[in-house]
Formats: sequence, C-alpha cells, structure tokens
Amino acid sequence: MSKPEMREPIESGCPDGFQYMHPTMRRNFGMWDYHEDTQPGVMVHIAKNGDKLYTVKAGTQRILDVFTLRDLMDIADEYADGHVRFTIRSNIEFYTDHEDKVQPLVDALKDKGYAVGGTRNSVASISHTQGWLHCDIPGTDASGVVKSMMDELYDEFTNWNMPNRVHITTSCCQINCGGQGDIAINVQHTKPPKIDHSLVGNVCERPSVVARCPVAAIRPAMVDGKPSLEVDEKKCICCGACYPPCPPMQINDHEFTQLAIWIGGNHSNARGKPTFQRLVAAGIPNNPPRWPEATAVVKKILESYKEGARDWERINEWVERIGWPRFFEVTGLPFTKYHIDNWRGARANLNSSTHIRF
Amino acid sequence: MADIKKYPTPMLDVLEDGPWPSFITGIKNMRDNHPDERINNVTNGLLGQLEHSYETKMGYWKGGTISVFGYGGGIIPRFSEVGDKFPESREFHTLRVQPTPGNYYTTDMMRKLADSWEKWGSGLQTFHGQTGNIMFIGADNASFQHFFDEINDYGWDLGGAGPCVRTAMSCVGAARCEQSCANEHAVHRHLVNNFTDDVHRPALPYKFKFKVSGCPNDCQNAIERADFAVIGTWRDHKKINQDHWKAFVADKGVEYVMDNVISRCHSKSLSLGEDNSLIADESNCVRSMHCMNVVPKAISPGDDKGVTILCGGKRTLKIGDLMGTVLVPFMKLETAEDYEQIVELAEEIIDFWAENGLEHERTGEMIERIGLVNFLEGIGVDPDPNMIAQPRNVSYVRTDGWDEAAEEWFNRKREEKAAS
Repeated sequence: MSKPEMREPIESGCPDGFQYMHPTMRRNFGMWDYHEDTQPGVMVHIAKNGDKLYTVKAGTQRILDVFTLRDLMDIADEYADGHVRFTIRSNIEFYTDHEDKVQPLVDALKDKGYAVGGTRNSVASISHTQGWLHCDIPGTDASGVVKSMMDELYDEFTNWNMPNRVHITTSCCQINCGGQGDIAINVQHTKPPKIDHSLVGNVCERPSVVARCPVAAIRPAMVDGKPSLEVDEKKCICCGACYPPCPPMQINDHEFTQLAIWIGGNHSNARGKPTFQRLVAAGIPNNPPRWPEATAVVKKILESYKEGARDWERINEWVERIGWPRFFEVTGLPFTKYHIDNWRGARANLNSSTHIRF
Repeated sequence: MADIKKYPTPMLDVLEDGPWPSFITGIKNMRDNHPDERINNVTNGLLGQLEHSYETKMGYWKGGTISVFGYGGGIIPRFSEVGDKFPESREFHTLRVQPTPGNYYTTDMMRKLADSWEKWGSGLQTFHGQTGNIMFIGADNASFQHFFDEINDYGWDLGGAGPCVRTAMSCVGAARCEQSCANEHAVHRHLVNNFTDDVHRPALPYKFKFKVSGCPNDCQNAIERADFAVIGTWRDHKKINQDHWKAFVADKGVEYVMDNVISRCHSKSLSLGEDNSLIADESNCVRSMHCMNVVPKAISPGDDKGVTILCGGKRTLKIGDLMGTVLVPFMKLETAEDYEQIVELAEEIIDFWAENGLEHERTGEMIERIGLVNFLEGIGVDPDPNMIAQPRNVSYVRTDGWDEAAEEWFNRKREEKAAS
C-alpha cells in the first residue's frame, strides 16, 4: 500500500512585518521624533516630518475566542485604520492617523467591555502563562488568577495613579515562564514529590531525572523490586524540576502547592541596571476560583508603593530607597528566616555594613 | 449550534463577573453560540475539565510527541488524563506559530487566520505565549496537519518547542518608537531565519532564545530572558533640543526638574545651567534612558546607532535566574556585512554550546559552569572591561600568561586606533 502524499512544509520562518504595518508606520520607520500621552491608554507619536499616529491600547483576556477576535477586528476597521498589534503583555493596540477617530474608538472599546489603559504609570496587564487550561505541569491556573486580580486592579489599569508603571506576572510552576515582574505571583511547592514507584522505571529516563535536580537530592533505587528513583527529602527544595521529565514524581498537591509573591523584578536599564525579583510573601493558599488571599497581598503592596514611592520609582527602586525593614513594616508582611538567601552567591544578599535605618 | 449536554461549571461561572474581559465568557460563547457543532463540543469538554481542575486543584494534561510532516517540533501535544470524563477535548494540542517581529497584523489577515482556525481547531488562541508565539490552542490528532498546511500556504510557519532555537521576540521598534536605535525587524529576521532548521528540528542541549529591544528600556525583557539579547544603543552624544528642554523647565519648575530628572540620572551626568539649559557630561552617560523617558520631546538618542549584545539570560531552573552578560558593547548594524557579523556571532555561540553544553543546560548555565573566559575563547571574542561589573576580588588566580595577555590588549588598542 502506498503512503498518502504528504505536503512538504514551506520553511518560511518569521514573516516580514512591514506588509501588516499601518502605512504611517512604514512611511516613518526609524523617523519618529517624540510622543505624548493624551489620556490613559492613548498615545500620539509625532514623526520628524510632522506625521502623527495615534495608538489606543486595550486589555484583553489573552485566551481569545474567535468571536472576540473578530469583534476586535470589526472595531479596528470601523473606528481605526485596520492595523493592530499585540504587546508583550497581550494588550491589543489599534492605530489611526485621524485624531477625530480616537475618542469614538476609546468609547466603542469601553462600551463593548474592553479595558482601555495600560500606558505610562499604570498597572499594566498581568502577563501570564497557561495554567490548568493547557499546561502539563501547572500548580495553579493562570487565566483565572489574572482575571480575578485585574477585576480588582481595573481602576489601576485605566488610570495613571501609580508612581511609575507596574508590571505584574504570574507563573504556575517554579520554571516561572511568567518571567520577572515588579510583582510576581508564583507557585511555591512546599512538599517533596510523591513518587509512584510502579511507573518510574517505565516512564522516566532515570539518569536525566537525576541530572535535573538542582540540589542532587535524587538517586536511583530499587523499590519493591522495581527500578525507580528516591528523593532525599531533607535535601529536597520542592522545586518540581523532576516532575516534567518524570510525571510519576508528582509535585502538585491540592494543599501543599501554594503561592508566593515576589517583588522588584525590573527588566529595564532605565535609571538602575535590570534587577531580579525578591521573595516577600509565601504560604498563600492556592484558592480558586478567585484567589482572594493572593490578591489581598498584591493590593497591600500596591497601596504601600503608591503612598510611599516618588514619581518614576519602580517598586525595586522604592524599596532600595526606603530599605527592606521599612518595606516589611509598611506592608505589614512578616519577615521570616525564609527570606534570608542560602542559594549560591547568597552572601551578596546579606548586609555587610552599618547602613541601618532607625 | 448543537443541543449538547453541558458540563456544569459553578466555579468557572464566578469568573464571568467583574469588569475585566472574561475568558470564561468567551469560551462559553463558543460552546453555546458557534455554528459548528464540533467547536461546541470541544469547548464544552474543555470547560468541563477546567472546572474539574478548579475543584481538585490539579492539572490533567500530559504531553507526548507529535509534529507536522517534515518537522520535529513546534507543536505542544496535549492529551487529557481525564479523557474518559471529558472525551470531547481528549486531544487538545497547541500549534506555536511565529508572528512578525513586533507582532503586527492587519484585520484581514487576522480574519483569515480565524477562518482557518475555526475550520480545524477549537477557535481559541492567544496573542502571544511567553516565548512570543501565536498559540493556537486546541487541535486534535486529525486536524493539526491540515491547519498547518493551510496557514503555511499563506505565509505562516511554526515556531520552536523543545531543545531548539525558539521563536524570537521584538519590541514595537522603529515602526512607532522614537527611542528605537536599531532596525529590530531586520535584526530579528536575520537571526532567527538563519536558524530555521534549528527551530523546526530540536537537536540542541536546551532552548535558545533571541530577543531584540530597540533601546535600553528593553521592553522585551531580553537581558533577563534571552540567550542572545540584542539591545539598541548609540555611541555618540544624545541629542538635546534646548528650546523644548527650557519649555519643559518653565512648565514644571526647577524643583520638579531637579528632583525628577537631574538628580535621578544613574551616572550623575546631568546638571542644570544658570539659564535652565541642560548640561550633559556625555563621557559618563551610561544610556540609562531616564531623562529621555521623562522628556522625549527634548532628549533623544544620538545618531551613531548600533546594538549591545548580551548572552546567557534565563529564568529559574536549573541553577537560578541569570541575567545576560555583555559580549559585544557596541556593534554597528547598517551594511549587509554588519548583519553577517551578528549572524556569525550567533552561529559561533550556538555551535560552541551545542558542542559543550550539557543536556538541559542553557547558555547562561554553561557560562556559569565553565567561566566567561573559557566561553570567550571558545567563540573567539576578546575580553573587554565592559563585560564586567568589577574585576575579581579573590587572589586565587594564576597569572603566568599575563605578559602575553597585556601585549594582546595593547595590540588590539593600536589596531582600533589605526582603524578609526
């Protein structure tokens, strides 16, 4: 029997974006002069030749259905010029070079239930991962956490109330696909994996699982006469790195998989150098469908930041100026032994000076 | 619309309340109102399984190995572990598709993609995943090849998944940003499209990511997340329009300007003249962007533009988060030869890492394990003081090659001088 004819792929790779750009963008590529923020979610960029391009930014639910996508495209045709892009945080941007189109576009988006904002000193849309909806190793959902938090932070997205922009991220496991954020809500496992020894030998490539462990806590073992793996539970840091290559080492748990909150991850080279986020709160229950405990911590941090930070200070810069003791004081979050670093390079995170605020 | 038995979703229903757009409302709309019965069913199954996850606080997808004909990756296989309870979405694979640099679309192209996707898939998608791909979420075994064939015919190709060169990301860039110092489009496509084979056929130690940001604001988080981060910069003086600057000072007042611009310069290279003009100590400007972020109308990047290249950024697993390290402080990107040079550097790095990286080891982790100097020697890049925050502080070092190394330094300096 002959095999069915298969189509050879066209290995075209990354497509050219110029074909989709607004003509005013193509015309002024590399020739922009400055921009102004006219209202939350709206920018106007002025080119060196005087051309103007208006951008209207709206938050979306990221897991988009084709009905919503077509609705957004209809808005883009009716109220803008038929050209859009998506930002790194899954906001959609509409473009037009007609100033008189801007307010009707903003109004139409609001009427249809989209959030307009996310520019300048606002809380930008939360960048998130797949979670229970689609990931194979998630400790929590992502879309639901984000929906719950953005409902609570809606006014911070649509206004300019913050000292500077705030980027929030979520991650559903300790791989942290969500990345660094001014505030990061990440899964924190608190117990070692539960191993199904009847499956390990057949399912897992044992040497690579051993090699995956950051603290060398996994070793090959015979359990009940079968080749398996065992974990030195005293050494285990509960990161879950063994779970993706070896699903019988189940790290997720309905009770012991919790959430932790980290702050001060700042990717920009603006003012200071880029910074990594720092642990501030753990032991937060993974509590669907609304995750109220995690949202409460995020809101408390945001309130303290809004009250205490100077204009242009990102969260990391605010804490650097006021010091960590005061951060814990103003937010009311407990400082514990778990905040003290013991990973490699930990000494760089200790205070070796008499610089102490009283 | 099919008359189907809907799985109850009491916990998910709660996520329909509130002002932010609801993904649950969107998925339910597909279940209840899409004309295609197949989509009604698959979204019903998906909602049923997701509700089950919310109730039990556990995930129920497992991976596998599938790809389109001719490729080895680009698809995230998902098979349900609770397919007996929710058979409609038993197979629910994601196709990762490479967007354009900067993620530009026309409405016509979006509708075309939507048409193809609802013909073959679930009708759910994400713009974009954390690596930067369009994620078409929810194709079954019978349909993913057809969907790929259809969109591949009109210009879209799969991205990377697994140990391979991944889909790259770029900022909005020169198309709409006055701070752009590079042609992000050209950089992005020259790099990633040189490695198409490595994108589609995973055979590297682990993932390798390119990210391009047009200026040091680094909107793409390239330093923190990319193995090969390209950041636009400039090496002449920034441009100051003193008229716009003085108008800004007149508008905001001297105190505001001192507190929010002058005193906030990272390298303390700004001062205010007696006539309220802006005085910049250009030799100490580190391109920390703050002044031009606050007053984009008055301050702009210089004219001698290029890029800084950093290598080795990544997130947590396995050894902890790593930032990229400066490899090339400045590279001009104007001519075809310039672009060849950056592609060659990427090839050197990937070849060296493919040869020397351990399984599941990112470039940053390899550099950490072998030391930056061994890496530099491996890829043929000379040491440069811009690569370090400060010199070593522990005296445990063998210096018996010092004289040769010093001589090389002086020779390089002489060559640079002769070339300029």
